[in-house]
Amino acid sequence: MSFEKFLFYLFAALMVGAAVMVITRRNPVHSVLFLVLAFFNAAGLWMLAEAEFLAIALVLVYVGAVMVLFLFVVMMLDINLAELRAGFVRNAPVALIVAVVMMAELAVVLGPSRFGLDSYAAPSHRPADYNNTAELGMALFTQHLYAFEIAAVILLVGIVAAISLTLRRRPDTKYLDPGRQVTVKAEDRLRVIRMESEERD
Amino acid sequence: MIALSDYLIVAAILFSVSIAGIFLNRKNVLLLLMCIELVLLAVNINFIAFSHFLGDVNGQIFVFFILTVAAAEAAIGLAILVVLFRTRRTINVADLDTLKG
Amino acid sequence: MMETILLAIVLAPLTGSAIAGLFRNQVGRAGAHWVTILGVGISCALSLYVFYLYAFEDAPVYNESVYTWMVVDGLRMEVGFLIDRLTAMMMAVVTFVSLMVHIYTIGYMAHEDGYQRFFSYIALFTFSMLMLVMSNNFMQLFFGWEAVGLVSYLLIGFYFKKESAIFANLKAFLANRVGDFGFVLGIAAVAMYMGTLDYAEAFERAPALAQTSISVWGDQVWSLMTVICILLFIGAMGKSAQVPLHVWLPDSMEGPTPISALIHAATMVTAGIFMVARMSPLYELSETALSFVMVIGATTAFFMGLIGVIQNDIKRVIAYSTLSQLGYMIAALGASAYAAGLFHLMTHAFFKALLFLGAGSVIIGMHHDQDIRNMGGMRKFMPVTHWTFLIGTLALIGFPGFAGFFSKDAIIEAVHESRILGSDYAHWMLVAGVFVTALYSFRLYFIVFHGQGPRRFEPHHEAHDEDGGAEAVVHHEVHDEPLPHESPKVVTVPLILLAIPSIVIGYMAIGPMLFGDFFDGVISVAAIHDTLGEIHFEGPMGFLLHGLTGIPIFLAAAGAFVAWYVYMRRPIIATDLVTRFDWLYGILDRKYGFDAFNQIVFAGGSRLLGKFLWQVGDRVVIDGAVVNGSAHSVGWVASVVRYLQTGYLYHYAFAIIIGLLGLLSWFVIR
Repeated sequence: MSFEKFLFYLFAALMVGAAVMVITRRNPVHSVLFLVLAFFNAAGLWMLAEAEFLAIALVLVYVGAVMVLFLFVVMMLDINLAELRAGFVRNAPVALIVAVVMMAELAVVLGPSRFGLDSYAAPSHRPADYNNTAELGMALFTQHLYAFEIAAVILLVGIVAAISLTLRRRPDTKYLDPGRQVTVKAEDRLRVIRMESEERD
Repeated sequence: MIALSDYLIVAAILFSVSIAGIFLNRKNVLLLLMCIELVLLAVNINFIAFSHFLGDVNGQIFVFFILTVAAAEAAIGLAILVVLFRTRRTINVADLDTLKG
Repeated sequence: MMETILLAIVLAPLTGSAIAGLFRNQVGRAGAHWVTILGVGISCALSLYVFYLYAFEDAPVYNESVYTWMVVDGLRMEVGFLIDRLTAMMMAVVTFVSLMVHIYTIGYMAHEDGYQRFFSYIALFTFSMLMLVMSNNFMQLFFGWEAVGLVSYLLIGFYFKKESAIFANLKAFLANRVGDFGFVLGIAAVAMYMGTLDYAEAFERAPALAQTSISVWGDQVWSLMTVICILLFIGAMGKSAQVPLHVWLPDSMEGPTPISALIHAATMVTAGIFMVARMSPLYELSETALSFVMVIGATTAFFMGLIGVIQNDIKRVIAYSTLSQLGYMIAALGASAYAAGLFHLMTHAFFKALLFLGAGSVIIGMHHDQDIRNMGGMRKFMPVTHWTFLIGTLALIGFPGFAGFFSKDAIIEAVHESRILGSDYAHWMLVAGVFVTALYSFRLYFIVFHGQGPRRFEPHHEAHDEDGGAEAVVHHEVHDEPLPHESPKVVTVPLILLAIPSIVIGYMAIGPMLFGDFFDGVISVAAIHDTLGEIHFEGPMGFLLHGLTGIPIFLAAAGAFVAWYVYMRRPIIATDLVTRFDWLYGILDRKYGFDAFNQIVFAGGSRLLGKFLWQVGDRVVIDGAVVNGSAHSVGWVASVVRYLQTGYLYHYAFAIIIGLLGLLSWFVIR
């Protein structure tokens, strides 16, 4: 077994194990953390497949941003875990059967008989100066430029949607507007009046 | 050597596990979202593998866009989740039955 | 000129009817009878004029269309008149009897409600009957046929608050529907095979079709002419009340007596006889149909007469007598003695109308009590009615010299001469019928007009209490009624006017009508069927003398004598016979079970079918399965599909996964 193959099995086993943990953990925070682990291992697998840019992007963008967002939300929400876990045990056999059957069928369909090395020979390794990022960039900014721009718009819409969904005005808070605070003037707050002195009686 | 079928089967296992996750955690929207991330990841692995074995960079372009869409989806999904929790004080899918016939 | 006269004949009664019916409040009672009598009077006068033209002036046959209703695929449907001697005779009889009945009704209906309605109906009837007889095509014949049926229905149910009247008119209507179904099929067959509805054209084309055969039912091959003639005759059986469609006629006596006289004795019921005579060129082509006609007629003549012997309702006795006499006419038609049938039709119209009107007069005297067991000795109170009724009775039984004698003897002779299948049976039936006719006629006459004074007005009459006490109780309450007295002039004058032709018309008309050339060119008789031609005729007096030596006259005398002996001399014999032959009495009393059979099989069957269709067809299938069922099934499907539409996200997800699994399995298994 070559080192490469060892790495593949390591990453694959860790990834599947992390995925199993994701779906079985009682605490969502743990689930998210195992999800992060699964993503890391997926990035390793991608690296083995010589998709270096995407592997890094997965770690940086996904793990760094999206998973942190998940973590953020999970921790922010005060979730009643017992209620959400109801029916977990009852559904477990069904889930197991469905998963096993599907796995078996997929394995039959996608197994070595069809997609083995005989059908698809392993490509030779890229030379050391091969730049995956450059190649991807070339394809993205020439052939798929419109799609790229649409993707950008989608991200923008996602941002706007997320903000507008969660934004809420709360007139009853003691929130202070810093802008108005800075621009306030003395005469807005203080009125100097002139009056006759009065005698004490 | 690592065969294409190895990648595909790993992806299939990941896919099946996430489907089982959808079954098991069917009341928890948060975990449903995570399982969807895992499903997308499985699909991405397939794309990467095919891209690698067919020597075609377009598979990676697909993964790129899937990541984009998945990120947007996760952002909006989580935003909806937050709004939902604010109004209903729950993220239990079983309680979201306003549309029930 | 002719067309104007004919249109006036038809439209005058219609106008009168419309005015009396639609403006009854405006014209009032007197206005109603004046306007209708005026209409029918005009019609009658013009009809007599037309009759005069044809009978004595030898006017040419008039056959013209006055209006084309529509033309469908070359089939012309027209309103037209065919006037020859047959039509002229029918018109004269119809309008004359109708006029008499109109006048008589003034007296009979004097104290009844619905006076204007009644006049409107009978004038409408006159119109319909004229349309029927004057028609020159099958379409108009059918129109008149149905119209007289409708008016008959309306008039039988004239007392529409009386349940028995409603039952009777429904029965009449349904029995006639059965006949009319055959009739309309016959007309359809004529239209189909001859391609025309016009009489003259149809008769012209008929001989060419004499050998044509059609398959009626499966492989049964029948002669076309036989099928057409029998189908048409089924219509005649309904209208002319022949066995087995006769059941409605006795019940039709629920209508007012003038109606019984006009429609159910003198005119409408003779429409069938008229129709067959009119179709003689067709009937002559089918000996089978003639045999059928003769056997039916002879059967009706004898067996319906027998029922008349045991009836106790004065009008029903005469009604069964009518059935019997119609049987005679039909039998004459079957023997190809159309002229004899028509001759009897004419004489019968006079004396039967006379008998009915006389009966009506008696009923007026009896304060609308129709049970002859309550009558008796009426001759002392109603002399005019008595004498005219006697004349009618004598005419009916065929007393030598009276109208019925000539016509009935001619029929019997003609049937005797006939050589077609069933003629022997028919002959004996008719001869036996003479005895029966005399028996029931004189039974009625003696019971009503002779013997002890009207039992209705005697205290403690227990003579007829075999029917049970309830009826007797009712009668005891009317003891202080005034005794009967002669009816008013409007009643007696028509009686007298009808009595005159009842005596003389036979003697006067037998020569030209039966043995002369009166019906030449109108009625066609094949040479081999010419039964009337076989009879040796030497003037009416010779016929009279010949008749005196025949069997029928002795049978009639015997019948009259038996009636006198049994009902006047030794009334105990009558009750004794009833007890001794109670099985026979039972059969007659049940009218051979026709009513019960119809009631159980047809009425019961229809009701059963209706109930089945109502319970199963309507309530279960249509209401239950189709209407509510579709709603329920939608609801049921929805309630099942509802489980698919839970609104739970994970159910949808589960469905997607199952679908994916299925798709994958398909891939694998394939």
